[in-house]
Amino acid sequence: MPRVRTAKIVLASLGRVSQDSGPHLQVRQAFDMKAKIIITPKKAVLDPQGKTVQNALEHMGYGGIGAVHVGKYLEIELQNSDKETARKQLDEACHKFLSNPVIEDYRLEIE
Amino acid sequence: MNFAVLQFPASNCDQDAIHAVRVLGHSARYVWHKDSSLGDADAVIVPGGFSYGDYLRCGAIARFSPVMQAVKQFADNGGLVIGICNGFQILTEAGLLPGALIRNRSLQFRCEHIFLKTITHDSPFTCNIPQGKLLRVPIAHGEGCFFADAETIARLRAGNQILWQYVNSEGELTDDANPNGAVENIAGICNDRRNVAGLMPHPERACEAMLGSDDGRLIFDSMIRSLQSKTTAKAA
Repeated sequence: MPRVRTAKIVLASLGRVSQDSGPHLQVRQAFDMKAKIIITPKKAVLDPQGKTVQNALEHMGYGGIGAVHVGKYLEIELQNSDKETARKQLDEACHKFLSNPVIEDYRLEIE
Repeated sequence: MNFAVLQFPASNCDQDAIHAVRVLGHSARYVWHKDSSLGDADAVIVPGGFSYGDYLRCGAIARFSPVMQAVKQFADNGGLVIGICNGFQILTEAGLLPGALIRNRSLQFRCEHIFLKTITHDSPFTCNIPQGKLLRVPIAHGEGCFFADAETIARLRAGNQILWQYVNSEGELTDDANPNGAVENIAGICNDRRNVAGLMPHPERACEAMLGSDDGRLIFDSMIRSLQSKTTAKAA
């Protein structure tokens, strides 16, 4: 498994981003690839958060909104691994742990 | 009978579960999440709470605890396992029960008494509940909306695995009686082998009249009765 030094979970609904601290910055210099994972509720699953955000946007006067889906965004910093191995392993992790295939879809990008 | 009550970081219904079992005259003890053995347990209660802070998804991290490997093995050997609230979420995440629990459709944390209709008495969790009896028990959850795809729901129905549904005080299956938006008002289910069950309501908080209801004890009574009949059968 590539070393996962830091995993940040940003809840889109709250707009929260973790803050970089001193020791954390040192870690950040060491990674050479970054995986971005976007997890969204499956279309068939009730998404009351998305619906509520949509209602609020419409209430604020933003028009033309078809639907809003609230999900999760994860960034995983990788070290010492080749892209294909990392993709294979993270794909497995997404399926087994990071997302729940019963209710969620995920998209994995590595850069 | 000996009940094992699991303890994860941020379990908060573990003491209630222990108390409920003792009120019924049986023994219960805690099993720490890092333990890899359940000892001589006859049944396991996976209690409610917010294991691991509900990080990532409710129950997603607890399922990887060493104790959950022991629970899986216990269930594979036919042992009785009941997951209550967060315990139900953990059992679905662990794949011991089908479906998933998602955010309540109201987006509210619902904390109130509800009515449950027992759909089948053919399970170790419902066998001692009188026919036609509605159970008045509390719920306390923000993510208790049971979801499964149509195929899974059809399978649950065909296998008689839906144990309880939310109903109104008249026993009617209405949308108003559904506190969280669960598919088909489902409050609790069991696996196809019928030895693992999960439910969002809290029977352990309704085992004494002084708590406003003692209907919850019928579920634990059922488990005890079922275990006792198994022991008697073995001895005979």
